[in-house]
Amino acid sequence: MNLSGMIKPSVKNMPPSGIRKYFDLLNEMKDAISLGIGEPDFVTPWSIREAGIYSLERGHTHYSSNAGFVELRRQIAKYVKRKYDVEYDAEKGVIVTVGASEGIDLALRALVGPGDEVIIPEPSFVAYKGCTTFTGATPVAIELKAEDEFRLKPEQLESALTPRTKVVILPFPNNPTGAIMTADDLQKIVDVVKDRELVVISDEIYAELTYGKKHVSFASFPEVKDKTILINGFSKAFAMTGWRIGYACADPVLIEAMNKIHQYAIMCSPTTAQYAASEAISNGDDEVDAMVREYNRRRRVMVDGFRKAGLDCFEPRGAFYVFPCIRSTGLSSDEFCERLLKEEKVLTVPGSAFGDCGEGFIRATYANSHENIVEAMKRINRFVRSLK
Amino acid sequence: MQEILEILEILEKNGRASVEEIALMLDKTVDEVQAMIKKLEEDNVIVGYNTLINWDKSNKETVVALIEVRVTPQRGRGFDQVAERIYRYPQVKACYLMSGGFDLTVIVEGKTMKEVALFVAEKLAPLESVVSTSTHFVLKRYKDEGVIFEENNKDDREALIL
Ligand SMILES: Cc1ncc(COP(=O)(O)O)c(C=O)c1O
Repeated sequence: MNLSGMIKPSVKNMPPSGIRKYFDLLNEMKDAISLGIGEPDFVTPWSIREAGIYSLERGHTHYSSNAGFVELRRQIAKYVKRKYDVEYDAEKGVIVTVGASEGIDLALRALVGPGDEVIIPEPSFVAYKGCTTFTGATPVAIELKAEDEFRLKPEQLESALTPRTKVVILPFPNNPTGAIMTADDLQKIVDVVKDRELVVISDEIYAELTYGKKHVSFASFPEVKDKTILINGFSKAFAMTGWRIGYACADPVLIEAMNKIHQYAIMCSPTTAQYAASEAISNGDDEVDAMVREYNRRRRVMVDGFRKAGLDCFEPRGAFYVFPCIRSTGLSSDEFCERLLKEEKVLTVPGSAFGDCGEGFIRATYANSHENIVEAMKRINRFVRSLK
Repeated sequence: MQEILEILEILEKNGRASVEEIALMLDKTVDEVQAMIKKLEEDNVIVGYNTLINWDKSNKETVVALIEVRVTPQRGRGFDQVAERIYRYPQVKACYLMSGGFDLTVIVEGKTMKEVALFVAEKLAPLESVVSTSTHFVLKRYKDEGVIFEENNKDDREALIL
């Protein structure tokens, strides 16, 4: 039987990830330094791990309610109010998901299908486009520009809107550029969308990882709160990627729709992770602050390293990525990354993996130890000089 | 103020961090960081730069004991004078004034148990103001100065592709 003929076109036609080959190469190398994976190098703080272990010891191994333990949802509502000054109904306006990833997928699946358009500022996290495509809807890219510090400009959004636009994705703090949007920047976006029939999916998973400026949530603008789905999670701030736990907050109408899909596809998020998340969100602030201070130091070391190597490097204010421009080397981002890996054993990711407009840039993460970053920057420096 | 705490945080974890590195990490000039560290040293906030050694893995024989000491405080000097008489001995690695059931914690290092026991019997216990001592030998150090000794730091993550 022709199994591959059974795969539906939107899945079959999805190109394989452009960065797989790098990881295959990396696996065969010794002494390679990976600045490739977008996850904290820190292990989950012990008190959080311990809370997970304790829940197992007590035999908490059953399902929770579909939307997550109500106690955890209350803590999430409290946290979001405390941190970002947005109020949600803990029982009807919060859903606990399998990572922010599931939240993004649920939101898109609940809202769009064939004929609808989803506006996606790029470069950005690859899942937005992938998940949009699987629903049959059409992704519409907006090219964020280095000269705008990779912020979304209201004119850009305005000109991308059509009567078919149903969802706008707001990916800030941004993976891969590290760009953030200030309150002023966001206000201009608010003014564009507030009177339109559309929903904004604001992926704020890196909200806690900002340097110098406190994160402002798009949902904190009252004019747009009802049309915003706030996506967040524990992976980045609390170094909990492997636990697979996140959450979404929104108007009860939207959460109810997302929960319908969640209840059939997932049932509920992993219980052990929910207990651990509960500890994280109620007692984890100090640990997060310490990690943020550490990231900030590494960030400066890495930006300095790229600049000393002669590459233009926009100063990232959020997340844990640096996104230098490599055009001056004459190489494409793909060539640059491949040669850097083969010649100096440092893994970075081509900007083109995050949208066509990422061409000419590479992404490097500073979620790695200080020693590794210092060594990697030395190698990158040598590599860039060898190209001259 | 924040920078001072950060300098201390960096140096506490890595006493070998260079002034240049710290300056880069904190977005300060080398001269600024140099001056701040100098001041911290002068003010005895930074009192030394030691190396944390897991002696069990070296071929040096050492034993360490934690000794609880009860003393009679002295008029006008409190505990400081007797503490000084004790901590001046090079065998004493640490000495703390305590709240609770005894007064001083004295950490003593020696080559053998007998050597440590003799030190307690001959030097510590006979001190005039020492009322009693209670010696506990350390059998294994799991963690010291915030560092876990037998931690496996190997990165065995699988690559996630996306
Ligand atoms: C912007 C962005 N959103 C969401 C995610 C997914 O996070 P989670 O682990 O919570 O699914 C990532 C992970 O890389 C990300 O970079």
